[in-house]
Amino acid sequence: MADSLLFLTELMGMRVYDLKGHRIGRVRDACLSPRVDKVRVDQYLVGGEWTWWTIRHDQVATISLDGICLRDEKLVPYHDDVWSLRMVRDLLDQQIIDAQGRKVVRVNDVTFGMKSVDGHDELFVREVDVGVRSIFRRLCQGVVPPRLVRRAMARISPHSIRWEFCNIIEPDPQRRLRLNIDMKGLEDIHPADLADIVEELSHEGREAVFESLDSEVAAETLSEVEDTKTQVSILESLDADRAADIVEEMAPDEAADVLAEMEEASSEAILDEMEEEEKTDVEELLEFDENSAGGLMNSECISVPETSTVADALRAVAENAEQVDTLTNLFLLDADGRLAASLPVARLLLADSATPLSTLAGRDEVVSVSVTEGRERVIELFDRYNLMALPVVDEAGLLVGSITADDIISVLRQD
Amino acid sequence: MRLLDRLPRPLLVFFTVIGPGFVTAMVDNDAGGIYTYSQAGALFGYMLLWTLPPIALLLVVTQEMNARMGAVTGKGLSDLIREEFGLRTTFVVMALLVLANLTNVMANFAGVASALELFHVSKYVSVPLAATAVWFLVVKGNYQSVEKIFLLACVTYIAYIIAAVLMNPDWEASALASVRPVVRWDPLYLTMIVGLVGTSVAPWMQFYLQAAVVEKGITVKDYAESRIEVIVGCIVMVVVAFFIVVACAAAIWQHGPREIASAADAAKAFRRFGDYAFLLFSAGLLNASLFAACILPLSTAYSVCEGLGFESGVNKRFREAPVFYWLYTGLIVIGAAVVLIPGFPLVRMILFSQVINGMLLPLVLVFMIKLVNSPALMHEWTNSRLYNIVAWVAVAVLIAMTAVLIGTSAYNMYFGTV
Repeated sequence: MADSLLFLTELMGMRVYDLKGHRIGRVRDACLSPRVDKVRVDQYLVGGEWTWWTIRHDQVATISLDGICLRDEKLVPYHDDVWSLRMVRDLLDQQIIDAQGRKVVRVNDVTFGMKSVDGHDELFVREVDVGVRSIFRRLCQGVVPPRLVRRAMARISPHSIRWEFCNIIEPDPQRRLRLNIDMKGLEDIHPADLADIVEELSHEGREAVFESLDSEVAAETLSEVEDTKTQVSILESLDADRAADIVEEMAPDEAADVLAEMEEASSEAILDEMEEEEKTDVEELLEFDENSAGGLMNSECISVPETSTVADALRAVAENAEQVDTLTNLFLLDADGRLAASLPVARLLLADSATPLSTLAGRDEVVSVSVTEGRERVIELFDRYNLMALPVVDEAGLLVGSITADDIISVLRQD
Repeated sequence: MRLLDRLPRPLLVFFTVIGPGFVTAMVDNDAGGIYTYSQAGALFGYMLLWTLPPIALLLVVTQEMNARMGAVTGKGLSDLIREEFGLRTTFVVMALLVLANLTNVMANFAGVASALELFHVSKYVSVPLAATAVWFLVVKGNYQSVEKIFLLACVTYIAYIIAAVLMNPDWEASALASVRPVVRWDPLYLTMIVGLVGTSVAPWMQFYLQAAVVEKGITVKDYAESRIEVIVGCIVMVVVAFFIVVACAAAIWQHGPREIASAADAAKAFRRFGDYAFLLFSAGLLNASLFAACILPLSTAYSVCEGLGFESGVNKRFREAPVFYWLYTGLIVIGAAVVLIPGFPLVRMILFSQVINGMLLPLVLVFMIKLVNSPALMHEWTNSRLYNIVAWVAVAVLIAMTAVLIGTSAYNMYFGTV
């Protein structure tokens, strides 16, 4: 059987014969050694009469539905090996993340490709099977002869995930390292989709994902997780310094929302680990009632003196490039530092670089809100003036932050 | 949230206290439950009240393990069974669960039909209407708010307390009977005991409660509160059962013990004590049946899809989660349609449902005890030794009782009623 398919359900229970054609036992499990080769089956575990034996991949001569024939019968008893991923024990029936389909799936079966390498047969993991066809195979496994199963299942449409898109969820960080599990594939998923995936996982699964993701992706994902309680439990499951790395990358208003819901001791521990600048931003926001304008606002916003020109404004934007994805308005300040106008960024596109900003802003009075104002009023202002961003000022009229339309959408959805 | 903020304070407290445990307990008093308790009161008066405290204990022990597993692992019971015991076992358990719950759904649509027939609404109007409403409510509406309405409507359970008081029962006798076990070697009496236990501890509750705990995001940190809530829920459920038994004992048994054909039959007996008692009892029955008809199909579809690895969730589109939607819709459509078939052997179906429930329950409980004692899953939250002794005794009692129940139900299915 050169270059053909074999299913894990068929491999399990397959008879193994030695050089003389005597039966040694049946296959119980197959192991990969991901540090050596991510796809090749490295060892076959065979249950003999008294013990399990380990067969190295190069000791196998041929593999077919009739059984495995060896070419070298010096076998060693099986010992648990921290470097190997056991397909039946560690993969079958467990949840994995499908990075291509962007969802959590449960493994029903595994498809191997078989190739002849240097005159003997080797198995390579090709796909993980989910869906009805693989359930059918599992139910028939060991009861119905494999050839009959293959014929019968041809009518059911297959549903498989290519191995390179499969992300195994391993809660133990050391084992993740040994098994070469990096979850890099997840970082290409949109944070909103990744958040949906995370919400479906168990506590340990969430911890595993958030430990392995890049802090920036982790922060974006955490912001997209809908329930604050879930956000809190995720942060609390991580080490304080790892949690701090993620919180630093979050928008300060969102970070403050999560930290406000945590127990004092846990949020203190995280704040202690944070960089000074981000920490002050968040701590300031934590002072406000979460239902007030202060609690909704983001302290990161771009302000420039009203006397400056379009060129100055563009420079200010360039200096705060990390905010550019969500930037809608610039705020102009008068000589005393009080809020004078709110300028939609798009107007800069049409203006000459020497134009003074005050001429772009127009004569309208700026709509702003005090930090202590209730959120009902804030929502009303957004609705009435069709705002994209609403500046927030303190008692003295100094700009302290801004609320953006996406914050309002989240608030409205929660209600 | 906004709606909640506007509610008066006492109601607000009510909603903060309740959670998965309370909901499970309330749904447990569904049409089948009300019927069984009424029957116990109508046939044996106060005599069977002593079974209620042990039933409460059984409930607390089993439900607490589920809540704890959900809080510690963050996984549903069908997930855990799949991961620890493999696909084939899961498949068998899920097949039995679907069968058992399908008949439970039928019983509840029958409950809707008979409750509304008391108000002269034809079942050919009420059942299709109820089924459509249930389907749309969950798929197109917002289940969270629907759940709150139902829970609020559960206040109608107080109706049973008022109804019981209106009947002017013998309180002394009922208090005494609650603590004095009476064993009679009468097959009808024994079947009744088994029926009471069987209707109170049902397999679907295990799956539903654990899934609800996970869904609510309860973790070990807030588990202490959750445990109290589970215990309170079980007690409230048993208290409601107590008053149903007492009410029926006073209304029916005191005027001559007789068998009742349905929960609605019991409601009719209340009529001679005034319209209020009758109204309260039937409204309670209607609410319980509708609530259960909402939760059972949904919970079944979730459990099966999780266990077998299909996409699930009402926030998914039909194309994304076809198995989930077909299962959910199928359970409602078949469950409702069957009630409308003239001459359909509904009583036999319900007996059959008890047999399936009885087969499934020991299986599920044994799995649960094994799972809850696995240190790999539960870390330091495994059962204590004393807890395990109590749990195994509870399982042994349940297995013995369900064996009796299966025997008698199977007997009745083939040879008619006792």
